[in-house]
Amino acid sequence: MSRIVLAGNPNTGKSTLFNRLTGGSAKVGNYPGITVSPYEGKLALASGAATLVDLPGTYSLTARSLEEQLAGDVIDGRGDHPQPDLVVLCADATNLVRNLYLLLQVQELGRNVIVALTMLDEAGGSAPDAIALRAALGCRVLPVNPRTGAGVDALKAAIDQAVNQSSSEPLWRFEPSADLQTALADMQEATRYSRGAALWALLSVGDDELVGISDEGRAVAARVADRFDDEVVEGRYRWLDDNIAPLIDQENGEEIHASTDRLDRVLLHPVLGFGVFLALMTVLFQGLFTWSDPFINIIESGFGWLAGTILSVTGPTLLGSFLADGLIGGVGSVLVFLPQIMLLFLLLSLMEDTGYMARVAYLMDRVMKPLGLHGRAFVPMLSGFACAVPAIMATRTMERKRDRFLTMMIIPLMTCSARLPVYTLIIAALFPAGRVFGIFPTRGLMMTGMYLFSVVIALIAGFVMSRTLLPAPPSPLVLELPPYRLPRPVDVWRQTWRGTQHFLKDAGGIILLAAIVMWGALTFPRIDPGEVVGLGDEAVAAAQLEQSVAGRMGHAIEPIIRPVGWDWKIGVGMIGAFAAREVFISTLGEVYALGSEVDEADVTLREHMKAEVKADGKPVWSPLVGLSVMVFIALGAQCTSTLAVLKRETKTWRWPVFLFVWMTTLAYVASLIVYQGGRALGFG
Amino acid sequence: MTLDDLPVSESAMVTAIGGSRALRLRLMEMGLVRGTRIDKLRVAPLGDPVELRVRSGRLSVRRHEARAIEVAQ
Repeated sequence: MSRIVLAGNPNTGKSTLFNRLTGGSAKVGNYPGITVSPYEGKLALASGAATLVDLPGTYSLTARSLEEQLAGDVIDGRGDHPQPDLVVLCADATNLVRNLYLLLQVQELGRNVIVALTMLDEAGGSAPDAIALRAALGCRVLPVNPRTGAGVDALKAAIDQAVNQSSSEPLWRFEPSADLQTALADMQEATRYSRGAALWALLSVGDDELVGISDEGRAVAARVADRFDDEVVEGRYRWLDDNIAPLIDQENGEEIHASTDRLDRVLLHPVLGFGVFLALMTVLFQGLFTWSDPFINIIESGFGWLAGTILSVTGPTLLGSFLADGLIGGVGSVLVFLPQIMLLFLLLSLMEDTGYMARVAYLMDRVMKPLGLHGRAFVPMLSGFACAVPAIMATRTMERKRDRFLTMMIIPLMTCSARLPVYTLIIAALFPAGRVFGIFPTRGLMMTGMYLFSVVIALIAGFVMSRTLLPAPPSPLVLELPPYRLPRPVDVWRQTWRGTQHFLKDAGGIILLAAIVMWGALTFPRIDPGEVVGLGDEAVAAAQLEQSVAGRMGHAIEPIIRPVGWDWKIGVGMIGAFAAREVFISTLGEVYALGSEVDEADVTLREHMKAEVKADGKPVWSPLVGLSVMVFIALGAQCTSTLAVLKRETKTWRWPVFLFVWMTTLAYVASLIVYQGGRALGFG
Repeated sequence: MTLDDLPVSESAMVTAIGGSRALRLRLMEMGLVRGTRIDKLRVAPLGDPVELRVRSGRLSVRRHEARAIEVAQ
């Protein structure tokens, strides 16, 4: 089957064209090592089916990182990649010279290539003549409009024709100097590369993370260093400026940006622009928090009803418990994330496709800079205040792997919505309603305090990690601000659905498994029915829980949790909370023989907490213990879904394991400091 | 002078590009080669980065990077 690669700069309509050509039949290709894989789809041609690979948008094939290396490797057929029969290069007619820089690199490699010229409607009078362009470029140029589909059939026919041609000769647009010729020959000898690939290596290798470059090749690159960078890049641009720029009507060209400039005068205005930005971010955040709520409730009550129905059929048997609490509960705990994930991906695709995401990066860059991050990290981090799972997936909009990983390490520290019920319960149960200085409600202040605490810790953690674990190699911000464009709903929906599919397929299984394991830990070993004769259902459940693996662990960890002020019952609640933080409440309800149906607003649970006493008659839940529990909930890695999605996004267990160990250690130490420090100061 | 010294809404010609190899290559490959005309359009509300018109596109670079770009009016 023929293999065709779709390449091009970002914001050229490439993804829309990919959807048009494949009819949306995309699946993720398998590319080891990188975290965001390109999509592959089937392209139906008159002469048979072909595979179309959608490369991530790139300005150049020159590479420093593995992600950047992919484009060159796929186009050139290096490493494990089969050589493509044809490259379709999507080029934006409104910014033709820079878009065709990539074409020159493809032609230097000797690839058979067709240019799909997009955005002609925007270019209007400045648009180049396709025939003149074809003559200059030495390859076929087809005007297409991916949005309306105009020209797509002609493009398909041209692809069909070109695929069956023998590959073309390498085309070089500049005459290499004698020194460069020697360096190219040395590189070719050291790597067995083609001349074009040798040129790629001379510019790419050096202070990089590229793979598959031989030691001999590295030695040549090290000797040459940056000596030919100017000659090559300027040589390519000189040709483009001499041969392509004259085909474009520059005067007309500025008209294209007129409407974008008018919008930017408002959206990037020091006062107005920030106002609009804050308003949009509030909508995004509010949306994640409240709009998804009714859907979450529907899913939760739906699965609750299903579990109840199963239990009413099976009765309180082990099988019933497994089906209702383990399996149905587990599937529910996967699907419950869907509303937030879909909403976030919807908003992200909208921001990305309209061009506003680049403006967010521009506006917020200064804020993110101390962490060695770009402004693009802002939206994922903000989303973390709603839920870490979609927020971690949102880091895909970031280009650099190191930036993604650092952001993913910070996001789980943000005060997500699962922490709120625990805070609400503890604050309401242990801290009196009152006012500080007669104006600020104490409980509200405590809640705000927990938010601030998480932000401060996250920033410190990010600052430390960006200087130790994930040092920032100098990565310049060279950000394109594309023209504003109206996205097509079908493309926005496809992106949303793809993100959702990733979550369901890759993270869903792990979350489900974790839920079932947790159910097992809370259920086995079974209690002897003879021991609990005459007790009520809740008391039986409490006795069963104490008997279970989780209950025993609660007892076993007593020596560890006593210094932070907890008894074994709080310990069991905390073990339950490692599935998800809000589970703390239902597990606590079960331990206190109140049943697992309690929630944070339950007065009985609050009263019971206040009434719990230690052997010496003092209350278990002093305000200081409450604080120590809240600090642990704030900092601990108590969310299997976060760990599962982290595994999915980093494609290794290393990062989730690291996150779990370091956050849990941090949480324990912080709780210890709070409790012991508080006692030393005479509280509790 | 450097691009950072260029006043907003003024235009200039790139005469030299300094900085690390990664920065130089990135800037040049995005079209900022010697002899390219650039307009400094605006500075972000928080003082960094700056927005430029380069060829037919809009690029944004940090002031730190702008200091690596030598320009002449």
